[in-house]
Amino acid sequence: MGILEVKDVGKRFGGLQALSNVNLSVQENSVHAIIGPNGAGKSTLLNCLVGKLIPDTGSVMFDGQSVLGRAPYEINQMGISRVFQTPEIFGDLTVLENMMIPCFAKRDGAFELNALSSVLRQKDILQKAEHMLEEMNMADKRHMHAAAMSRGDKRRLEIGMCLSQEPRLLLLDEPTAGMARADTNNTIDLLKQISDERDITIAIIEHDMHVVFSLANRITVLAQGTPLVEDDPQNIRGNPKVREAYLGESA
Amino acid sequence: MFGLDKKDTSKLIIVACLALLAPFILNPFPTDSALAQFNAGYPDLMQRFVIFGIFAIGFNILFGLTGYLSFGHAAFLGVGSYSAVWMFKLIGMNVIPAIVLSVIVAGLFALLIGFVSLRRSGIYFSILTLAFAQMSFNLAYSVLTPITNGETGLQLTLEDPRILGVSATTDGSIPVTNLFGLEMRSTFEMAVGPWAFQFNAGYYLCALIMLAAFYLSIRIFRSPFGMMLRAVKSNQQRMNYTGLNTRPYTLAAFVISGMYAGLAGGLMASMDPLAGAERMQWTASGEVVLMTILGGAGTLIGPVLGAGFIKYFENIFSKINDNVLHTWFSFLPDGMEDAVVFIIHPFIGKGWHLTLGILFMLVVIFLPGGLVEGGQRIKGWLSRRKAKGSNTSGETNPAE
Amino acid sequence: MDAILLQILNGLDKGSAYALIALGLTLIFGTLGVVNFAHGALFMIGAFCAVTLQRILNLSFELVDETQKDFLGNPLKVKTPYVEAWFGPDIGGSIIDWAVPLAILFAIPIMIGVGYVMERGLIKHFYKRPHADQILVTFGLAIVLQEVVKYFYGANPIQTPAPDALNGVVNLGAAIGMDIVYPVWRVVYFFFAVLIIGGIFSFLQFTTFGMVVRAGMADRETVGLLGINIDRRFTIMFGIAAAVAGLAGVMYTPINSPNYHMGMDFLVLSFVVVVVGGMGSLPGAVLAGFLLGVLESFASMNEVKSLLPGIDQIIIYVVAIIILLTRPRGLMGRKGVMEE
Repeated sequence: MGILEVKDVGKRFGGLQALSNVNLSVQENSVHAIIGPNGAGKSTLLNCLVGKLIPDTGSVMFDGQSVLGRAPYEINQMGISRVFQTPEIFGDLTVLENMMIPCFAKRDGAFELNALSSVLRQKDILQKAEHMLEEMNMADKRHMHAAAMSRGDKRRLEIGMCLSQEPRLLLLDEPTAGMARADTNNTIDLLKQISDERDITIAIIEHDMHVVFSLANRITVLAQGTPLVEDDPQNIRGNPKVREAYLGESA
Repeated sequence: MFGLDKKDTSKLIIVACLALLAPFILNPFPTDSALAQFNAGYPDLMQRFVIFGIFAIGFNILFGLTGYLSFGHAAFLGVGSYSAVWMFKLIGMNVIPAIVLSVIVAGLFALLIGFVSLRRSGIYFSILTLAFAQMSFNLAYSVLTPITNGETGLQLTLEDPRILGVSATTDGSIPVTNLFGLEMRSTFEMAVGPWAFQFNAGYYLCALIMLAAFYLSIRIFRSPFGMMLRAVKSNQQRMNYTGLNTRPYTLAAFVISGMYAGLAGGLMASMDPLAGAERMQWTASGEVVLMTILGGAGTLIGPVLGAGFIKYFENIFSKINDNVLHTWFSFLPDGMEDAVVFIIHPFIGKGWHLTLGILFMLVVIFLPGGLVEGGQRIKGWLSRRKAKGSNTSGETNPAE
Repeated sequence: MDAILLQILNGLDKGSAYALIALGLTLIFGTLGVVNFAHGALFMIGAFCAVTLQRILNLSFELVDETQKDFLGNPLKVKTPYVEAWFGPDIGGSIIDWAVPLAILFAIPIMIGVGYVMERGLIKHFYKRPHADQILVTFGLAIVLQEVVKYFYGANPIQTPAPDALNGVVNLGAAIGMDIVYPVWRVVYFFFAVLIIGGIFSFLQFTTFGMVVRAGMADRETVGLLGINIDRRFTIMFGIAAAVAGLAGVMYTPINSPNYHMGMDFLVLSFVVVVVGGMGSLPGAVLAGFLLGVLESFASMNEVKSLLPGIDQIIIYVVAIIILLTRPRGLMGRKGVMEE
């Protein structure tokens, strides 16, 4: 029984069957990659997992509880954090404030009317945020406006923000899309380090085979809205069906 | 001090000094001098400064922090005024129950309107709040006449019950508003040489309440709640995917700012116990938006400055007429004098709204950060010049 | 039954005005992505074009007529409009009488000019600014325009009657054996609105220009990539929207004597109309305009008012709120238009 169980999920947009009979099981503490050609339904699937879309059929269970029909913030509070394709951070706030907000969300829940105490008095939050900034190697940028940082730094910040919530499952949507090679490699190293050092499950949607094969220990191949095969990386590499559907065409 | 850091404490002290010494500061010209027309130290006008200051401070909590542009805040001000006048009619002339009720009623009203309007964001939100305010305005003029007294406006009468007070004073007139016996209209006049300074009880009550409101807004700005509101403005998507429910945050901000507006409305009625529907009109809502952005939306001190600035110039511009202009420009040759007066004429007296509209456009076009940003730009420019002058290549401090 | 039909008709003329203003608003929303709070002022300027033309046509010179005496026995001063002097009393008189319809010709170039100046001079600089700034700057402009008009024309409503020939009433129900007496001018207004709406739709549907504009409404960036000079076309679109609002104002003057704040009054309602119809949807704006006009007129029936007092004052807002909460995109709104 995996931490995330997707059963028979289907989703239709008008005349387009975006997903059909998707079954997926993400094992605890694994790095699970979901790959597939453009239009295979990767993003739709991801949106069904985080509450942005509700599938027409099937079920999505996280840690034995259904996530269907819950709002994104409720699913996040269950322990699923999401990293976006283009980094979504609070651009108008400082880097330190960016890091504090998920710490508040972890401590106080979805809403807390804490309107009279000063932020500076929240020692535990400050400490945790500073600690996470150091871990992300960006403590020197703490008073910078987040919008002024480079794309690579924004990505690090976003991942750090997700981690400071101590999620059980981290979902990444093409985290290296549009990055230069060096930034991509840094991100791979960061993610490797995260999965080695933390008690965390990572599910990653990715286009870049280099990223997938450097990180994943389980791969699901999605084609035309339905899973083609789910296996270990070495088997995926050798699978003729996958080659035909996906690798062959891009190789 | 008071749980604020040094910078915020000094802001609070500056505002406190300005407010408490206003009868001096706003009366710089001797009573008989030609410049006395620029004085603003009259109780009535000073009351308006601080009351609209409160209104703008509250509006800024919503617009400055969350970026939600409400075009219906005057409705809460109007509701506050009506509630206060009803308290004077039914309970008695003490202002405390009236103010308390106006805040509560405006808060409940804001809760209702906010609950619906905040289901949408952006321009939809603006239009929804506008529609609600306009609806309240229409209702106040028509069906709700038993409560609002329609076009005439709600006034005190000699027949009002006032169960904790008297319906009429011994000499048969309507009693005046007071704070445990201290009449709001009572004014102490102090003559110093050619100057006459007026200290009005009502003004000082408003000023103290404004200081409390300002202090509260600093606390809100610096709190985790304030940070969440700024996060809402910055990126709602990230908020949602960080496990935070944005709706109660925006609703809380909306209700708080509605209560500030109600407080302002209650104070307005406490100073002059009448209330009319025109206080709820959408141009009135537009005015508070202007005060906030003119001062600097999202800054602490901006709304106070903006409210003072607009109310001061409204007063001055309305007082100036062609005769005044002619005396000003009498040094010019006759033809030119007439031409100058002719050009300025549309903007003064009844033309204040035209000036206001132009000001509105100029601020949005050239100074979206308002007076506070303007001040910082000048400061930055001066410090750069200074740095150049003293020949140091040291880095200048970036403007906050 | 007669009463109901009459209410529908009563709603149609107000609905026509809403529809025309909302059409321009949504055209500007859709193409330029700008929220124009000054659109009501364009409607008002149009109405004052009619007032101005009426005044120009009535410019007169005075002659002392020795043959006639006034009641004090002095020679009577007779005012003769120049128009009558030039064209003779008959033709001149009817030119003055037809001032409002003639104002259409007068208003078109003025409105296009006003629209052009407004777009090039101000709105253009706000394409990339946040919606809040657009709302605020156009709100300021609306105040300025209305105050300028107030300065020149005063605060009181100015009577601008329809031509005598169109000033009476007509029994629309005669043909079907019912008694529905209705002012002729309102019938004229309705058909005028239908004509303009039809014109705009066919312009957008059947011309290349319109096709590009429609494509631009759907996806501005893509069209920009094609190298089509979309900005210039959008300027023209703004001029057209201004002219539509202005003409709606010109023709509305006999129904409601124009005053300087009529623009603001109509603007709030037109915004509601646009939102109900669906932001960026032209058919939605027209449909919602007529729908809300008719609903408003039903709500002001005495039978309805006695049941729900005050409903006529708030019906439009109530409907708008219900629609926004149940169908956030409006009646015919498309996904992705002004979602943020």
